[in-house]
Amino acid sequence: MLIRRPPPYALKESEVTSPSAYLRRREFLAAFIAAGGTLALPNATLAKQAAKRDYAPLAAAKTDYTVNDPLTPWDALTSYNNYYEFGTGKDDPAKKAHKLITKPWTVTVEGEADKTGTYALEDLIDYNALEERIYRHRCVEAWSMVIPWVGVPLAGVLKKFEPNSRAKYVQFFTKYSRKEMPGTFWPVLKWPYREGLRMDEALNPLPFLAVGVYGRVLPNQNGAPLRLVVPWKYGYKSIKSIERIRFTQTMPETSWNQSNAREYGFYSNVNPLVEHPRWSQASERVIGPQTGFAGALARRDTEMFNGYGDAVASLYAGMDLRKNH
Amino acid sequence: MVPKSISLTHLKAIFFLALSLPALWLGWQWVLLLGAHPHNLGVNPVEMTNRFLGDTALRVLLITLAITPLRDLTGYAPLSRLRRMAGLFAFFYVCLHLTSYLGLDLFFNLAKLWKDIVKRTYITLGMSAFALLVPLALTSTRGALQRLGPRRWARLHSLIYPAAILAVVHHVFMAKGFQIMPLVHGAILFFLLGWRLVKWQRKNAAQKGNRISNNS
Repeated sequence: MLIRRPPPYALKESEVTSPSAYLRRREFLAAFIAAGGTLALPNATLAKQAAKRDYAPLAAAKTDYTVNDPLTPWDALTSYNNYYEFGTGKDDPAKKAHKLITKPWTVTVEGEADKTGTYALEDLIDYNALEERIYRHRCVEAWSMVIPWVGVPLAGVLKKFEPNSRAKYVQFFTKYSRKEMPGTFWPVLKWPYREGLRMDEALNPLPFLAVGVYGRVLPNQNGAPLRLVVPWKYGYKSIKSIERIRFTQTMPETSWNQSNAREYGFYSNVNPLVEHPRWSQASERVIGPQTGFAGALARRDTEMFNGYGDAVASLYAGMDLRKNH
Repeated sequence: MVPKSISLTHLKAIFFLALSLPALWLGWQWVLLLGAHPHNLGVNPVEMTNRFLGDTALRVLLITLAITPLRDLTGYAPLSRLRRMAGLFAFFYVCLHLTSYLGLDLFFNLAKLWKDIVKRTYITLGMSAFALLVPLALTSTRGALQRLGPRRWARLHSLIYPAAILAVVHHVFMAKGFQIMPLVHGAILFFLLGWRLVKWQRKNAAQKGNRISNNS
């Protein structure tokens, strides 16, 4: 009689994977890897994706301000943000900006103007006169987007405050709340975040006060409820969640300039010829709209004044743009 | 404490798997990306890849340097047998980091690479760290140890200390604004190097003491 002694490494019949399960091994593997990937690494896709339909629609008139390139998808522009008040990671704002309380919202106006005071957002922005402008957005980190903002021209709003003849500059401040903005625990930058423009820059038709994007109210990570958009300057000039506006006689402080004056000047005009000390500004990575390998590597040459030279170059006539970077 | 039942082979296998995970995860994400499936690399996959590989390289380098202090603390001698693997993994991630920067960022444009190296301090620092690690990887074999002799080999391999310092400073210099993570890496390195400094000082003092007592 043959007595089969199983070797020690042999599996018991009960331990053998059933053929049906074996045939589904790819599903298990995929599910396992998906679970592992989800658990192991915190990531952008994990952050509760800001669903477009969760944001109230805004009626806005179409304008001629448009760009001859496809729009950056909603998902990309709401998941990839620099908003250091919520952390220095690109996905931090999408994860944490929901803590920001945007209602009610007031803006305090001070300095060299006749109509200073504190204004409710609704008194500042005429929601019946909203327009849509598609602008290029060029980050100093050499990436770019094309974004359909909804809002009103900055100039019209500033004029309401009747700035006086001493008002040569205008400074903006972001809200600063330790409780609502976890990233401000660290002195990454000088808080509250501040930015500024020369008055003639601010009164140019291009600067825009956005309250929405893609025909919806702004998501918090994009600077809700009120943000500046200055399309010919690097992105950090387009200050988010504005709570205070100050007209000044002298050039105001700006957070990035205070952090590193050699790298970030007051003007910060997009200029492919003037390098950032640590990287070239000659070209930029295009975020979205392509996916796959082509999307990952997509680049375009950076344009002088981000392509808005016709409208703004005259503001800097006779200035050395390398010195006044 | 590590139970005795875990053999060195098992320990090595677990360690190998653990250190491979970041590369496997990243590789899988790129497979998904290339197949146009949803992936976790975000909307700027090149930036994400560069940073992920840089962070991993630096952290594995710190893990390598943590093995000896950990052995001293636990008294578990076999831990030192993991040092070579850890060091080679650190070098592996450094190479991937360099390749992703060179390939995905510069499209293998060597002229641009040279310009970056001479012009941009943080790249100069990073490339110097890489250059210091190359001879260590090349002499990581038993044969090389025998050819060089343990004394010279050990002296050569102390290049890992300046390499780690350069890597940390490279990270500090590339951060925008005042950021915390590069400083955390710096603090860990400071502790790991400080540990050795104190140990050597004690050893030297003890040897001196021995000599004095022998002479008397």
